[in-house]
This record gives sequence, C-alpha cells and structure tokens, in this order.
Amino acid sequence: MSAPAPAVRAPAIRPFGGRVSVRVHRRGAIVCALLALAALAAALAGLVFGDYPLSLGEVVNALVGRGDGSGDFIVNELRLPRVVCALAVGAGLGVAGAIFQSLTRNPLGSPDIIGFTYGSAAGAVAMIIAVGAQQSAVSAGALGAGLATAAVVYLLSYRDGGVQGYRLVLVGIGISMMLLAVINYLLTRGRIEEAREAAVWIAGSLDGRGWEQATPLVIALAVLLPAAFLLSPRLSLLELGDDAATALGVGVERSRLTLTLVAVAITAVATATAGPIAFVALAAPQVARRLTRTPGPGLLGAAITGALLLQASDLASQRLFAPDQLPVGIMTGAIGGIYLAWLLAREWRGRRA
Amino acid sequence: MSTDRLHAEGLRLAYDGRVVVDELSVSIPDGGFTIIVGPNACGKSTLLRGLSRMLKPRAGTVYLDGAAISSQPSKQVARRLGLLPQSPVAPDAITVGDLVARGRYPHQGLLRQWSPDDERAVGEALAATGTADLADRAVDELSGGQRQRVWLAMALAQETPILLLDEPTTFLDIAHQIEVLDLCAELRERRGHTLVAVLHDLNHACRYATHLIAMRDGRIAAQGPPAEIVDAELVEAVFGLRCQVIEDPQTGTPLIVPAARAGAPRLG
Repeated sequence: MSAPAPAVRAPAIRPFGGRVSVRVHRRGAIVCALLALAALAAALAGLVFGDYPLSLGEVVNALVGRGDGSGDFIVNELRLPRVVCALAVGAGLGVAGAIFQSLTRNPLGSPDIIGFTYGSAAGAVAMIIAVGAQQSAVSAGALGAGLATAAVVYLLSYRDGGVQGYRLVLVGIGISMMLLAVINYLLTRGRIEEAREAAVWIAGSLDGRGWEQATPLVIALAVLLPAAFLLSPRLSLLELGDDAATALGVGVERSRLTLTLVAVAITAVATATAGPIAFVALAAPQVARRLTRTPGPGLLGAAITGALLLQASDLASQRLFAPDQLPVGIMTGAIGGIYLAWLLAREWRGRRA
Repeated sequence: MSTDRLHAEGLRLAYDGRVVVDELSVSIPDGGFTIIVGPNACGKSTLLRGLSRMLKPRAGTVYLDGAAISSQPSKQVARRLGLLPQSPVAPDAITVGDLVARGRYPHQGLLRQWSPDDERAVGEALAATGTADLADRAVDELSGGQRQRVWLAMALAQETPILLLDEPTTFLDIAHQIEVLDLCAELRERRGHTLVAVLHDLNHACRYATHLIAMRDGRIAAQGPPAEIVDAELVEAVFGLRCQVIEDPQTGTPLIVPAARAGAPRLG
C-alpha cells in the first residue's frame, strides 16, 4: 500500500464564456510541465554532446539557421533527427503502454507483453536473414508482422463478443514465446553478419536515424496521438468495468477495439523506426502515474515520461560507453529488468497482504 | 403495447447459450419504484441487465421512450437511463470526488468537459448519499458500505430520470440499507424519477416498492402493488418458503414472517 494520496484538488477553467470547460489537476499539470522541461533539457544535451564537441551557442545558432557549415550539418542532419526520433518513439511507446495497461487493467499489459514486439522482431529478422533486405524493407517487414501478430492475439482472446484483459495478456505471452523460437531459429540459420545486424535490430537502436525515418514517424504520430487523447475519456470510463462504462454511455466493445487499433498503430510506427525498444511502454505509464497522482489513464504524463526516458537512455547509451555505441534498447532493457522484478514483487506482496 | 417510457417485449436473455429469461414482456411504471424479487438464479438480475442494455437480448426488444434502446446512441440513452451495476471496479488510487465526477460523462463533450452543471450535480450527489466528507479520500481506503454509497453517488450524478439498481443494498448494514432505500423513495417522490431495483430482502421490497415484480424460473410469477399481491401463497409459490404475512406495524405494508422450524420451542 502506498502512502495515502493527498487530496487532488481540481479547479475548473472555463474560457470563452463557459463554452469550453476543463478541469485541471494541479499536481498533474505541474509534474507534466517539469517532465517536459527535463525532456527538453535532455534533447538539448543530445544536440550538444557528441564526438564532435559543440557549444550550446553553436547548437542554438544551428537550430535557428545561423550555424556554420559543419555545425549546421552535425546538428540539423545528424543529431536533431535522432533526438526527434527518440522523443517521438518514447512518447508513442508511453501512450501505447498507458492504453494497453488501462485496457487490460494490468500493469504488465504493454505491447511488449501482448506479443506485438516479438511479432515485429520476427518480421524484421526474417527480412534481414531470409530475404537479405535493406532498412526500409526491414521496417516494412516489422510493421506487417507486428500488426499481423496483434490481430492474431486479439482474435485468439476474443470470446462472447469481447476481449478480456487477462486473456489478452495470457494469449500474448503464449504467442510471444512461439515467436521467440522462430527468431532464434532464424538467427542460428543466418550468416554471422546478418545475425549481428538482426541482433542490433532486436535490441532496438536509434543509431544513424535521419530525417527519412524521423519525418514519417512524426507525421504518423501527429495523427495517432491526438486520436489517442480524444479517446482518453472513454478509456477512463472503461476502467470502471464494462457495465458501468456502458451505463455511462460508452460503446464498450467498439471503444476497446478502436483504442487497441490506435495503440497497435502507434507501437507499429515506433517499432518500425527504432526496433522493439524494451521497457519504455511498460514503465513510462507507471512512473508517470506515481509522479502525477492523477486518476485515469494519464496519457499525457505517459507520453512526456516516455519521451524523457528514451532520450535520456539514448544519451546515456551514447556517452557512457563512448566511443562504443550501445543500442539504446540494451540500456532501457537493463533498467527495465530491475523495474519489472520490483513491480512483480510488489504486486505479489500486495496480493498476499 | 405499453406507453411507459421503459418496457420490453418478448425478451429472451441468455448467457453462453443458457437461456435464463424467455418470452418475457414487462413494463416499468413511470414515476414508480419498481422492485424485482425472486429466489437466487430466477433471472431477476438478468432481466435488469437486459433492461439496461448490459446484456443484448437474443430475441425481443427493450424500448426506451418509444424506440428500441439498441437503436439509440449510447450516450443519449445514458442521459435518460442510469444503472448502478452489481460489481463496478474502482481504478487504483482514485478519489471519491473524481469517481463521482465520472458519472457526468454523458453530459460532457469534447470542449465542455466540466461545466457548472457538472459541479452542481456532483455536489448534490455527494450530499444526497452522505459522502461529501469523503470527497478527497481514495476509494480503495473506504469500507464496503461507504464504497457502495459512493457508487450510488456516481449513478445519481448522472441525473437520469430512470435509474436501475442491481442489488444496491448488498454489503450494507441494516441502517445503511434503509438509508439507501429511503434515498431512492425520496428521489421518486421529490423529483418524479422512475426507479427499478433488484433486492434480496422481500420485506424491504414490500415496504418500498410501488410496483413489485416477483420472478421465478425466468418468468414473472406476479406483479403489482405489494399490498395487493403478497400473501403466504405467493411467497410459498415463488420462494418455496412457508410463512405468515402480517401487516407492517410501521407502514401497513405486507411483512413476511417465516414459519418456525417444526418442533422448535417457543420462547416467551
């Protein structure tokens, strides 16, 4: 049992003569603002630090288009797209994780667990090893296989006109294990260079990501994230149970399907960009929820926390082991393992108490 | 065909192919307090779930305001018909105030998320259920009785003229049971709301119902004002219980006194 949450006071804001009205949870708003500032700082640090040293002034000059040739190239063509990818992938995974966890009413309900991640990994590895494909084809393979896996898991968990969270998690784990076997089989069959390339992809990496990856990612998320935020009130009612949600006027099955589709699509574009990065989707919503202490699925907090986590992890994986480049997925995975063990231990004790 | 706002024709309700209620037609009197009673597994909760569109009928139709309830937009229905489900789930660490505020969803829009009306309705619902002092407490810290009143507050905040309650007095001690039922009676008398509840306690049902529906084996065994339909024969036919029916000394409604165990010593 955590410490009793202090009273969440939520004053109302009603501009435009009351035609618009929202409730603001003060603590949540402050925490989100601070997290956003931290993410911005981490992003700036990502632009400043690197093998080629630049000052903050040079970075800012380059950003506003007044940099000299090499500084401009390094900031705007090399570092900025990578930072944009990190922030966008992190935000996307955070939101997708928050949606899955809320839908399944289970803190382990993340795209990692319901099989999506292994599906896209299997697709990518198959493209690399069996087809010998290049980056964009690998991304496409990951996308297709991830979506197909999500569809299979959803259909296998479907019963009586609905999908229950617990069933979704169990079926997802089963399918994941099966796909892991497929991945391992492919890795043992491939040539050593291909296997190495596949291994880097599976770990998840932002290495060498340029605008050709960042631009489509940002465009896709510019559609998908607002869709998720629009569906967020329904998500918070689904948390009350199907009957209560129906009574309050939420079309339960349709909302659940739409939310699943949005979350899967977000995961798909994020994974196509950076590979199956572990831990962000799982941890960001949980961390955000504990920090903001606001009720509901907390998509905004999860998005900002995810962006901060991934950008900070990417910075650490680049700089801590420089000049070696560690795939960021290894960094997030290492922290994720510890976090997951802690979460499970806590749940277990809570249930016994 | 009935002219009541909420009625059903030829309902067949089933779980997993097991038919619980078949060919049932029922009409809920407007402005009344209808209470559905019956032995366990008689289909009373199933009927309520059917009427409140929680359970889609295999055959037949539920009508709300003259049109099939399934053909109307869910949010519009939710402004007229509310339900207190049997086992709702409270999200982790949500406060009472925030939970009750979720009852306002059917009245909210994309831009209009928290109007003065919402604030008033939530305040009134908290006050009516005696939970205003708990507004800032986390729901998972509350006792079962407090929690039930909070859920009732959420249903009240929805401000629907028709309110369905699935065993609203479960988990409550006798004083809180009476409090909840008094509150329902008041809602009906003061605001003209139509209430429907599933209750286990036949004596409470007789005291509060303006219209009693007694069910057995998925059928309506009898319905009408309690004073006109409840007698020892009905109780034996519906519940299989031998009893004596006397007049409630407080209200004059039927009071069921179960027959003594054969050969039990009589005290006093």
